[in-house]
Amino acid sequence: MDIKAYRDIAWNGIWKQNTGVVQILGLCPILAISTSIVNAVSLGLATILVMAMSNLVIAALRNFIPYEIRIPVFILIIAALTTVVDLAFNAYLHELYLVLGIFIPLIVTNCIVLARVEAFAAKNEPIGSTIDGIAMGIGLTLVLAVLGAIRELIGSGTLLSGIEMLFPGAEAIHVFGDDYPGFLIAILPPGAFFALGCLIAGRNWLEARKLARARMNPPAITDTPAEA
Amino acid sequence: MSETTALGLSARTGSVMVAFTVIFTAVMAFTYGATKTQIEASATEEKMKLISEVLPATAYDNVLLDDVITVGPTRELGLDEGGHIYRARKAGQPAALLLEATAPDGYSGRIELIVAIRADGGVSGVRAVAHRETPGLGDYIDPRKDKNKKSPWITQFAELKAADLPRCKLTKDGGQIAYHTGATISARAVTTAVARAAGYAAANHDRLFAAPSGDKL
Repeated sequence: MDIKAYRDIAWNGIWKQNTGVVQILGLCPILAISTSIVNAVSLGLATILVMAMSNLVIAALRNFIPYEIRIPVFILIIAALTTVVDLAFNAYLHELYLVLGIFIPLIVTNCIVLARVEAFAAKNEPIGSTIDGIAMGIGLTLVLAVLGAIRELIGSGTLLSGIEMLFPGAEAIHVFGDDYPGFLIAILPPGAFFALGCLIAGRNWLEARKLARARMNPPAITDTPAEA
Repeated sequence: MSETTALGLSARTGSVMVAFTVIFTAVMAFTYGATKTQIEASATEEKMKLISEVLPATAYDNVLLDDVITVGPTRELGLDEGGHIYRARKAGQPAALLLEATAPDGYSGRIELIVAIRADGGVSGVRAVAHRETPGLGDYIDPRKDKNKKSPWITQFAELKAADLPRCKLTKDGGQIAYHTGATISARAVTTAVARAAGYAAANHDRLFAAPSGDKL
């Protein structure tokens, strides 16, 4: 594979096949954790790590995994790597672990990890697969970050609350002042659905507009062969 | 390779599965071993940080985490499966009791608390350790979530002296603990649990301090 192929893989993961708003996979953690930017991005980073590792390991081992039992082996590997990440976070990033605690094991159940392993890593070489894992993870993290920002801003009127757990001394931004009453539904699960729906609509609108423009200004080639 | 039989396929895939399981179990076991001491150190540090919020470090001089007794299921503390009580002493004299307590009647399930009761019967401090109260509504019982950063709701308990304990109720219920309108249930659950724990500590004061460390009551 060359650089262009890697760029295509990355673009695919971040925009064209974005897990959050195109494939709509792995909704459970997306909706559960996106109540604030800090939570959302932290889980996104952990997911990137697990996806890159599982894609790399499985692509490297793909010739040793019999087709018939690939799914159990994939799940075994993903679960093992998630446990390793979980332990590492607990030991070396304890403050962050307290925030993400229960969500890290949930990465195992995030079907996007298994989906990328099955659809990509099982058929491609390790470097491309790692890039795919990272790009898909970044795509997911971007969606999580935007969702988190929308929900946090509307729900509690702040941005980056909880940042002091990652960077001691940093402070949350109170966008609407300290006496913002809060808009609870944005923080609760329905708010996640509303915000995600708006994001999906927004992305579809962008794509549709691009398509419509392409149709209005057709490429200069006019001598297309007549069709029967 | 010879032609695939059902038995041959089963044996082959089975052994591959076992091999993968062994390898990745070894990876996990290695990581567990490598991170164990660090994780335990973090957990202890976390506990001490929490304790320092409810009981100032100057109030005792013993190794608090080692001076611990276990209690079985205790209704006064809301513990269905038992819990720990840490005993703070200064110069050998009883200074305070740190009790694990649970408020069983939170808005979304149980609220786990740590309650520090001074030897004179007053409340030294209370913290919510684990809860699932509604974000933005009932979760002000947790000072990390409380919007009032200067004097979070839960610090009211630290002002309670032994004589004030009968008024350890919400103002609505005739006590002196203020609460946020619209989120009474969470506050009431914590307040009731603190009052119960303080009552338990007062009633069992001598017994709890006398028991040898590591004892199970």
